[in-house]
Amino acid sequence: MTEIYGNIHSIESCGTVDGPGIRFVIFTQGCPLRCQYCHNPDSWDFKENQKMSVEEILEQYEGVKEFCTGGVTVTGGEPMAQMDFVTELFKTFKEKGIHTALDTSGLYFNRENTEKVDELLKYTDLVLLDIKHIDNEEHIKLTKHSNKNILDFAKYLSEINKPVWIRHVVVPGITFKEEYLTRLGQFLAGLHNIKALDVLPYHDMAIPKYENLGIDYPLKGVPPLTHDEAKKARNIIIEALKSEREKINK
Amino acid sequence: MSELTLERESSTTDFVGGKWQTEINVRDFIQKNYTPYDGDSSFLAGPTEATTKLWQECCELFKKERENGGVLDMDTKIVSTIVSHGAGYIDKDLEKIVGLQTDKPLKRSLQPFGGIRMAETSCKSYGYEVDPEITEIFTKYRKTHNQGVFDVYTPEMRAARHAAILTGLPDAYGRGRIIGDYRRIALYGIDRLIEDKKEQHASVDGEMTPDKIQLKEELAEQIRALEEMKELGQIYGYDISKPAKNAKEAVQWLYFGYLSAVKEQNGAAMSLGRTSTFLDIFIERDLKNGTLTESEAQELIDHFIMKLRLVKFARTPEYNSLFSGDPTWVTESIGGVGVDGRHMVTKNSFRYLHTLENLGTAPEPNMTVLWSKRLPHNFKQYAAHISIKTSSIQYENDDLMRVTHGDDYAIACCVSSMVVGKEMQFFGARANLAKCLLYAINGGVDERLKTQVGPKFRPITSEYLNYDEVIERYEDMMEWLAGLYVNTLNCIHYMHDKYCYERSQMALHDRDVKRYFATGIAGLSVVADSLSAIKYAKVKAIRDEDGVVVDYEIEGDYPKYGNNDDRVDEIAVHVVKKFMAMIRKHFTYRNSIPTMSILTITSNVVYGKKTGNTPDGRKQGVPLAPGANPMHGRDSHGAVASLASVAKLPFNDAQDGISNTFSIIPNALGKDDVFMGDLDIQLDCGCCEGTCQ
Repeated sequence: MTEIYGNIHSIESCGTVDGPGIRFVIFTQGCPLRCQYCHNPDSWDFKENQKMSVEEILEQYEGVKEFCTGGVTVTGGEPMAQMDFVTELFKTFKEKGIHTALDTSGLYFNRENTEKVDELLKYTDLVLLDIKHIDNEEHIKLTKHSNKNILDFAKYLSEINKPVWIRHVVVPGITFKEEYLTRLGQFLAGLHNIKALDVLPYHDMAIPKYENLGIDYPLKGVPPLTHDEAKKARNIIIEALKSEREKINK
Repeated sequence: MSELTLERESSTTDFVGGKWQTEINVRDFIQKNYTPYDGDSSFLAGPTEATTKLWQECCELFKKERENGGVLDMDTKIVSTIVSHGAGYIDKDLEKIVGLQTDKPLKRSLQPFGGIRMAETSCKSYGYEVDPEITEIFTKYRKTHNQGVFDVYTPEMRAARHAAILTGLPDAYGRGRIIGDYRRIALYGIDRLIEDKKEQHASVDGEMTPDKIQLKEELAEQIRALEEMKELGQIYGYDISKPAKNAKEAVQWLYFGYLSAVKEQNGAAMSLGRTSTFLDIFIERDLKNGTLTESEAQELIDHFIMKLRLVKFARTPEYNSLFSGDPTWVTESIGGVGVDGRHMVTKNSFRYLHTLENLGTAPEPNMTVLWSKRLPHNFKQYAAHISIKTSSIQYENDDLMRVTHGDDYAIACCVSSMVVGKEMQFFGARANLAKCLLYAINGGVDERLKTQVGPKFRPITSEYLNYDEVIERYEDMMEWLAGLYVNTLNCIHYMHDKYCYERSQMALHDRDVKRYFATGIAGLSVVADSLSAIKYAKVKAIRDEDGVVVDYEIEGDYPKYGNNDDRVDEIAVHVVKKFMAMIRKHFTYRNSIPTMSILTITSNVVYGKKTGNTPDGRKQGVPLAPGANPMHGRDSHGAVASLASVAKLPFNDAQDGISNTFSIIPNALGKDDVFMGDLDIQLDCGCCEGTCQ
């Protein structure tokens, strides 16, 4: 078998926000989405950055495994753009009994052909699913892509009962609207595999990165979401989810 | 004698007996009597009215002190001793625990035994003038530690000090780092301790060698100090000759011991020890007897901690710049696990941390949690909670230190571990290993001063540095530095013992203490990266007109310390092992056991100013990394990889402590309360003990 290589952006040995516990986090290089709030614009480009084999990554993990007690997370970039590599990687980690989490937008999901996704999910303990926007048109404006596959992926994960954390970045003026948050909650009510809701308040700390890359920052002037606003957003989603479930149960 | 014993028994009969009754053995008392606490923090009481009012008054004093340029008042006439001042109060009627360093809060005491010039400069820099008569006494009639040291320094020592290859030496300030077992006073009362010391004094007989003469004289001094402590109690209306009868007395007796120490010594670190679980035994008894409420117990601790927050010394602006402020290092070690496997967290461990809530956050006393995997979950939670709230807790690895020191050690200063009352250390500041590397390259010529400081070894003359050649020269130069360093410290500690002996702290130690000879190194990561650059990249030496290498050009990349990369991490490990082995070759004063630390926290900034360009690309004046830290910005593989590099350094060869200063924004440490893990299914990932919620 020819060895599979991943195109890696970087590795963080002490990730505490991308899944449960302290985690070994692998950032893949390359992403098709262009989320306006993206704080890793340096990971967009698909050109080769750092070619790494599964063994090389495992070796790095071995050096710090005592600390990374939570497991391993692959994020990006968009990990599902390197499906074969991530599958191989997770397979290797799973063989060692290590918890695996996949942080993805789900954009590459296609219900017509789930063979490869199923193989990947076989070795995935947890999916961190980023729902960027519940409204399709707004989603296109925000990311340059439709959310159709993404929401379908969410449903599919529920159907196969794969544990999921929903991540949702709340941006003033874009997703921080009662209507959208409510609709998101209602959508989530139909899913039965959600272990957590991770509301991520928008911040503008990536501006220097954009400046370095010479890219215009799309959200110039948008203020960071405050802690209280984030709580409020979360509560709206949760309330909507609950009342929708009540309706369903009736 | 019989009467004395009876009295003692009456106040301690309801404790579980043991060896502690027949010998001075606080650890035995603690182990037999403490009550491990596994519960949560809900029992804690808020501040009493008196506490709030009293602390308010302290805060106003702090404010005045700041407005006054950093010092509120200074003593310029009375030389500070245990009994030099009358009673001083913040607000007498409100204080449950009493005693101040001088007659007024925040008035800095005059301590010329370390050096009269230092005392004068401290005063002058705040607009005060030491009484001419005092100056005369300490110049003409009474010699100081500082004078003693400079009488015996060799030209080589002076040059090394001036060039700052040896830095921060305690030759002009108090060495500190000695922890008296202040608990002994509460448990035994002064009389019993004097009795014990008299026996010790009598036991030194036979052929009077210089060692024995020194010990016997010191024991006599210790007895004198104990007598004075008793007098100090009387000044405040307490008789501390007998054991403490209740919790309030226990705290007060203990504090009088500590107060005696800070009245006599302006040490670089005046740490408290490991007192919380000891005091808990007295508090538990009173709580059971119904003579104390939780609120009153907390009040005692709050008032005690308040006193520790008021401890201040007269220091010079240079001292403050070396240590970034004027820290007192009133370190208190909390928690840990006993050798029998029981954790040593008590309710009082919570109460100590709770003072950070009742009184608000403060850097002193330096609350240090002796962390173990086996600490109770509730205590870990509470400590984490207080850390998040106040950023005022230090954590150290009990699982590591317990192996060497057992379960009754404490931390002096920031990381120096020692068994309370049984071990002490001779603090030795640092040797600058980064500069030593430059000396190796330049044949002992200082790169800044352009003078011959080190031995005139052959300099390196090639354009590009060759690893094997550099490492060989470096080891020769380290060998020289180790010898000079130990020699210098021998002079310093001889003179400190002679002219500025810590009699009150040593009175609360056993007769035969284990002494550590605590050397230290600075610039480890610069050395590791420099050698790595020479080995794995190409480093070109740039020489000035005199042929001295003053700068370096690096061609290519090289592995950098702090990324869990063995190629360079092993260089760091090698340097640590090598230098420690070199230190061990030499005679150390009073047969002390040599140790080494890698732990600058602030002084690395000053050291960096005095170190020229280095082969790793660091420029002259740029701070060295603190302690064992990687150089700023060079660790690119995340926190754990960075920590993993540091963790490779062998504790056996750096037993006095390895520090890694690590800042992280709270949000990078995990989820806060926005995160919801309760969407009808329990968040149970089996890996985080529910902490992700």
